[in-house]
Amino acid sequence: MYPADLKYTNDHEWVRIEGGEAAVGITDFAQKQLGDVVFVELPEIGRALKQGEVFGTIESVKAVSELFSPLSGEVIAVNTELGNHPDYVNSKAHETWMIRVKITNAGEAASLLDANAYEALTK
Amino acid sequence: MVEFGGWDMPVEYTGIIDEHMAVRTAAGLFDVSHMGQLEIAGKNALATVSELTCNDPSKLAIGQIQYSALTTPEGGFVDDVLTYRIADDHFMLVVNAGNIVKDYEWLQSHMRQRGGDAVLVNSSSRYALIAIQGPEAEAILQTLTAIDLAKIKYYWFDNGEVAGQRVMVSRTGYTGEDGFEIFVPPAAAEKVWNALLDAGAAKGLKPAGLGARDTLRLEAAMRLCGSDMDEHTTVMEAGLGWIVGWKKESFLGSDVLHAQKAGSLTRKLTAFEMVDKAIARHGHPVVADGKQIGVVTSGTQTPYLKKAIGFAMLPVALTAPGTIFNIDVRGRIVAAKVVPEPFYKRAKKA
Repeated sequence: MYPADLKYTNDHEWVRIEGGEAAVGITDFAQKQLGDVVFVELPEIGRALKQGEVFGTIESVKAVSELFSPLSGEVIAVNTELGNHPDYVNSKAHETWMIRVKITNAGEAASLLDANAYEALTK
Repeated sequence: MVEFGGWDMPVEYTGIIDEHMAVRTAAGLFDVSHMGQLEIAGKNALATVSELTCNDPSKLAIGQIQYSALTTPEGGFVDDVLTYRIADDHFMLVVNAGNIVKDYEWLQSHMRQRGGDAVLVNSSSRYALIAIQGPEAEAILQTLTAIDLAKIKYYWFDNGEVAGQRVMVSRTGYTGEDGFEIFVPPAAAEKVWNALLDAGAAKGLKPAGLGARDTLRLEAAMRLCGSDMDEHTTVMEAGLGWIVGWKKESFLGSDVLHAQKAGSLTRKLTAFEMVDKAIARHGHPVVADGKQIGVVTSGTQTPYLKKAIGFAMLPVALTAPGTIFNIDVRGRIVAAKVVPEPFYKRAKKA
């Protein structure tokens, strides 16, 4: 059920790496745990993130969670659509990116999980 | 499922927003069997309840209910309760799950001190409690009972049968919608629950959990004891002067409450909505000039109004509707605005 073309973190983010850039979202497992998402707080464009650093928060009706950057990089885009449609995180988690970063340390990708390893983590 | 007051309770069935909207537009079914029932009976029952709760139970007819509180000598909340008048000399207090033992011991020790002819019984295990709430609640419940529900007024109750089971039905709830709470023997609870779900399916009835119960009560500006107020919050500070029997002789905490009514009140629980885009939550500090001046006691993004709202304990000077104040939401200072209560009020039936 987890797309094979994505990489995953232990904190339940997914990453789509395309060339020197990466799109980041949260997994279907994470959105189910959170329940109805009502607010996603995202960083400023241009912010430099380290791998594992908090880049935002996601709030469901019942809980607040932090979002962790899977890779080091500079934020080059944020998904402004989530301002009006935070529910997209629930309805299509693996297609709903939150930030895009310009990767500054490509070697870090080796530390990410593949779909099988991530699925095992959620069992 | 989560642990709540010693009970395993469902937070959500189909999703908090879905359940919340079902209650606002059709109906929702809640298992609130965790709520406690403490009964006081005897020749001095009225005097006892009158002295230990802040509202005036002498105003209750048999079959009538009032919102009230068990108060401390300082006018704070031991618990908030619904007082049911079962008979002239027999009252039932419906209390919060986590407070059943505390409330029982509180009542017992005060009743022992004052003496008189009244006994206290914890009958919590004799009742399961099922709430059906929403604009379709009456129509759905009516298909399963011979009780004429239209004759039960808001905050009144009656006895009869639902789905063939002996029950007590009260027109009460914690959602801001019309609806009923059904007191049923535990052995018959599953039968009544399933009968209601079947009877209501075509009308949009859905089971609803603790999550929706919390967002619904907050939209209706109903307080959650233990979150919005506690022993250190007086009934006046909680903005509940309307549940105080001001004409009563003295009751526990009456000196403090009368003084606060006369002008000594310094802080008050106040409804707000967010101005900046953020959701304030329980415990977030209200700040001014770098200092904490209050605290958020409840806060959420509400599914029906689609706004971030909440309650905050604020200095009285900041409680006029329209007043802007700041909240520290995880390190970010965001603006909120005082609004009148309730956030949501259901339309009156035509």
